[in-house]
Amino acid sequence: MDYGNMIVSSIVLGTLARFWMLKVDYRQYPGYPHGYAVHLSLGFIAASLGALALPALLDGDFAAVTFLVLAAKQFSNIREMERTYLLELENTELVKRGSAYVEGIAQVFEARNYLAMLVALVASIGVRLFELPGGIALAIIAALVLQRAMQGQTVKDIAEVEVVDLEFQGDEGENIAIGDVVLMNVGEEEIKEDWQKLGIGISIKPKDDNARATLANKGQRQAILHDVVSQLGVRLDVGVVGYTPLARLDLDTGRVYIMIIPIEPDEEFVKKAVENTPVLESSRRKPLQSEAGRLAAD
Amino acid sequence: MVINNNILAIVTLKEEQEKVRGGGAPLFYGEDEEEVEYLSMLIARITDSMVHDLGNGINILVKH
Repeated sequence: MDYGNMIVSSIVLGTLARFWMLKVDYRQYPGYPHGYAVHLSLGFIAASLGALALPALLDGDFAAVTFLVLAAKQFSNIREMERTYLLELENTELVKRGSAYVEGIAQVFEARNYLAMLVALVASIGVRLFELPGGIALAIIAALVLQRAMQGQTVKDIAEVEVVDLEFQGDEGENIAIGDVVLMNVGEEEIKEDWQKLGIGISIKPKDDNARATLANKGQRQAILHDVVSQLGVRLDVGVVGYTPLARLDLDTGRVYIMIIPIEPDEEFVKKAVENTPVLESSRRKPLQSEAGRLAAD
Repeated sequence: MVINNNILAIVTLKEEQEKVRGGGAPLFYGEDEEEVEYLSMLIARITDSMVHDLGNGINILVKH
């Protein structure tokens, strides 16, 4: 039996799905031509593996399906590759992504190859049952459903974000605080004046105890800072560490307070950048789902 | 040795020398407030560290 049509169309659809997913999330998108090339090629390989599974089964070649095992190995290499690459770059960042964020991005890249493989598999089933148009329709539906299922929460789903004023406590205003929490002690006049003039404070109020535990994670807080900085810039350089943006916890209420001097002084958009930061899979905590946690929270 | 979160240097006015003794970190005296400010800034830039004001007229420099 001739499977040529089915295999080729499934590979094309699977690769297209990978291409589409490269564009979905601008923050995790490689952003350089070589990154494109690497991920499209790997997406093509993934799609090929997915596309070959059904023809192999139809031909009664059950052993051939074991090559899917290869795929798993192959894709965990992709995670390794992304992780190494991003961790190497950490030293060049003024505000680091943090290892939790890096791990999250690497995982997404791995998972998207599985998705490309699944889309190709679904497409091959579609082509088999309903010819080419059916294959295309099924592939699109599969890609949309999978993408939707993979969409995680963002900070605005678990917390309320507000712009607040920085307070300057102490004799000479050397302690920069929000509410009762002192975030930073600044001894340099010039830097202090800049914070007074340009500094923006953000308060993140968790909606429940799950959110509180998630926001307390250092990796999550670093990810928020990195996202704000990558979108709005930051007044900071090597040697003038007094401008470093910080995210500190209010131990009484679980709120996270952020202080930052963005290059674009738009409070509204700082707030937006914070709200749209993804909740990291590795930071997510759910104490309310455990018996002890639920009973203790009252 | 990790130098993070250690006091790298102490900068203060000569009059305040009763309040602080040099130990692991070098001690710099400025003639006036302005010089204290300038010394602190300079050392912070050079050592990539942060000036902290203890509120009693003494600045310490710490790399975080």
